Amino acid sequence: MIDTAAIRMENITKSFGSVIANDRINLTVNNGEIHALLGENGAGKSTLMNMLSGIYRPDSGSVFVNGEAVEFSSPRDSIKKGIGMIHQHFKLTEVMTAADNIVLGQRGGFFTKEANLVKQIAEISDRYGLDINPRKKVYEMSVGEKQTLEIIKVLYRGARILIMDEPTAVLTPQEIDKLFRIMRNMKEQGCAVVIITHKLNEVMEISDRITILRKGRSVDTVLTEDAEIPTLIEMMVGRKVDLKLRREPTERGEELLRLDGVTVIDSDKKAALDDVGFSLHASEILGVAGVAGSGQKELCETIAGLQAAEKGRIFFGGANILGKSPREIIKLGIRMGFIPEDRLGMGLVASMDIVHNIILKEYQNQKGIVLRRRPGAEKARRIVERFDIQTPNLSTPVSKLSGGNIQKVLLGREIDSDPKVLITAYPVRGLDIGASYRIYDLLNEQKRRGVGIIFIGEDLDVLLELCDRILVLTDGKISGIVDAARATKEEIGFLMTGGRI
Amino acid sequence: MKDGKLFSIGSVKAVKREDIPKNRSAIIRISSVALSLVFAGIVLLFFDLNPFTVFATIIEGSVGSASRVQQTIVKAIPLTIASLGILVAFKMKFWNIGGEGQIVMGALAASFVALNFGDAPRPVLLLLMAVASVVAGGIWALIPAAFKAKMGTNEVIFTLMMNYIAIKFVTYLQYGPWRDPNSKGFPKIPNFSENGLLPSLFGVHIGWVIALILTVAVYLFINYTKKGYEITVVGASIDTAGYAGMNIPSVIMTAMFISGGLCGLVGMIQASAIEKTLVYGISANYGFTAIITTWLARLNAAAVLFVCIAFAMLLQGASFIQLAMNVPAAVAGVVQGVILFFVLGSEFFIRYKVLFTRGKSGSSEGKEAR
Repeated sequence: MIDTAAIRMENITKSFGSVIANDRINLTVNNGEIHALLGENGAGKSTLMNMLSGIYRPDSGSVFVNGEAVEFSSPRDSIKKGIGMIHQHFKLTEVMTAADNIVLGQRGGFFTKEANLVKQIAEISDRYGLDINPRKKVYEMSVGEKQTLEIIKVLYRGARILIMDEPTAVLTPQEIDKLFRIMRNMKEQGCAVVIITHKLNEVMEISDRITILRKGRSVDTVLTEDAEIPTLIEMMVGRKVDLKLRREPTERGEELLRLDGVTVIDSDKKAALDDVGFSLHASEILGVAGVAGSGQKELCETIAGLQAAEKGRIFFGGANILGKSPREIIKLGIRMGFIPEDRLGMGLVASMDIVHNIILKEYQNQKGIVLRRRPGAEKARRIVERFDIQTPNLSTPVSKLSGGNIQKVLLGREIDSDPKVLITAYPVRGLDIGASYRIYDLLNEQKRRGVGIIFIGEDLDVLLELCDRILVLTDGKISGIVDAARATKEEIGFLMTGGRI
Repeated sequence: MKDGKLFSIGSVKAVKREDIPKNRSAIIRISSVALSLVFAGIVLLFFDLNPFTVFATIIEGSVGSASRVQQTIVKAIPLTIASLGILVAFKMKFWNIGGEGQIVMGALAASFVALNFGDAPRPVLLLLMAVASVVAGGIWALIPAAFKAKMGTNEVIFTLMMNYIAIKFVTYLQYGPWRDPNSKGFPKIPNFSENGLLPSLFGVHIGWVIALILTVAVYLFINYTKKGYEITVVGASIDTAGYAGMNIPSVIMTAMFISGGLCGLVGMIQASAIEKTLVYGISANYGFTAIITTWLARLNAAAVLFVCIAFAMLLQGASFIQLAMNVPAAVAGVVQGVILFFVLGSEFFIRYKVLFTRGKSGSSEGKEAR
């Protein structure tokens, strides 16, 4: 029998120290197929693909490319066999043009004939339906364009097998549609495409077959047409999960927070926030949607007093808090909780234990110079119990906890301080499905209690189901605020691109 | 885990360890000391020296008699206090390379007091000298700290340069305005009066008592005070400190004042108890050596004490073999260097795991492709 599989990985095992990231994994990807690799964080998807692209080497097991046994010791070996990987974080040189980036690091003469190159790029673009201006500089490109460039780059290097690591995470719905068209074109041209993701809707839409990984093992490979979302989740998580996001039906309360003409200029002298104004009410979840880097971070940090603003006003309980430091805001008696995007880089101290993290915002209220641990320890015990945080004990450094439990320590601390306004930036990023839904439940519970919540999200499906209103940011401007119950994904996508497609 | 690879040379890779059991790291540390002795022994053989005699003499020279133990302690005192100072800065990830200069400035201030108020009663004079040295060392460290806090300058270069300013200034004083007119042309600053000298207790100047007290004090300060907590948080993540509403510039400047102040006190102790006057070489490299000992103690105040005593033994033993065995200073330096190299190197193996990958067909192919 002739082996027609583009990739066959057999019994692949890879461990890092005592952690087994991949445990006898099997994966077969055929030519002319879009194959989805599905699994929660830490299931071993990226590790497996990094072995295919030559970044890691398996401890044991074999890899066949088009029937030939291969052993990669560097990404270069892998590229030579026609495998190209599109990483989540683009590896492009910002100041160079698209064409320069494509030939960068390639073999051949020091000088490349630009006319030839442009012709080759045009050929590749035509064949797969890609669209790029070879003379455009990378820093002038949108995220979607950069991704297209990455794809052309690997195709130019002769890749027939493409691995894409979470390619849709940074794209608008319209850009995702475009990407999927490109992927289908590649499939028609006989390429094999592997897409790593945990977004089930996309898996169902684009893939032909799905391989599910869980805790380093391959659970099953199924045909997409036979698959159903609930069973896929069950295979991913290992148990039945009741996944019903609901919007808490609450009566919208008084206005808690109002932004008025807030403008923030970043270090590049660009407006990170441009004349932003909206209000947040009690008992509502206000979602914030937008392509990554549209001003979400600045919005949160300006309200929290961590980011200086050029102009504007932020009213909280009648007082203008813009320009006040976090300390001054706390002193005003304003109860505001903030779950920053980078939990271990901003909200928590990774090397410290739970108790010392719990007292982070209130130790300054202690009198004298001595740091008293006991009040913090009691509070920590209460939070661990209330939020069901899995930890060996209270002296465990938070860096040793799982992602979900780290987030619960942070959220627990902020909720326990009884806030009126809660700002959460990507609170479920990196969490598994069960932990994510626990966080949504906690937010709904706070909403019932009358808290006003700002929810910065990336998954439009979640935003639409959880939030009351959705504010869309585009390049630091508000391009619209919609009623989540009536809005569609397409509408939001349209607003995310600033109404211009 | 994804970015676990540190580097790779050919088929050798170093990977960051997730965690290491305590006994494993103890084995690595002990074997590194053993290996360093073997290696140092080989070096000694090249000099026609019997390694066993040399090692025995080092131990004999550092703890062999009461007076040698005293000599070792005399070296351990400045090292410990300077390390404690460095520790406070390093805890905040402020790389204070300026210990030398802070020691010199502390000595300068103490000397100014001792030379001008030599008639004051002993306790008063010594206390004044100590306060002056802490303030001077603290201010010397505060300068780079203020620039870092307000303007984000690089503290490594800044503190390093401040060393040379301090040392050159004292050199100028020693050769110029402060030179003792009665020294018959010898460039020397007058000796302190009797009241300006630290008293002894059990044969060693009372600096050892100060060092012990400060070790406990710094330990408590870092672990059990609000300021210590703030310093640790700023060191772990500036963003988190800002998020928590800490006044970051104030934390940086307080910590650096304490760091420089402790180093300054070393200057006072050395000037008062050892040199009995101010000399430009007063810091005797303690400010730099303290960086090594602090790092070896992994920023733990209690461990600093033990590491510094061990290091002082090495320093004292090395200077003893020069005299006792008539070995050139360079050889003693080589032995010291080899031991240090291995001990510091062992930290690498504790933090990273080295892997030898099978580099057969794959890597040769890789080479072809360049």
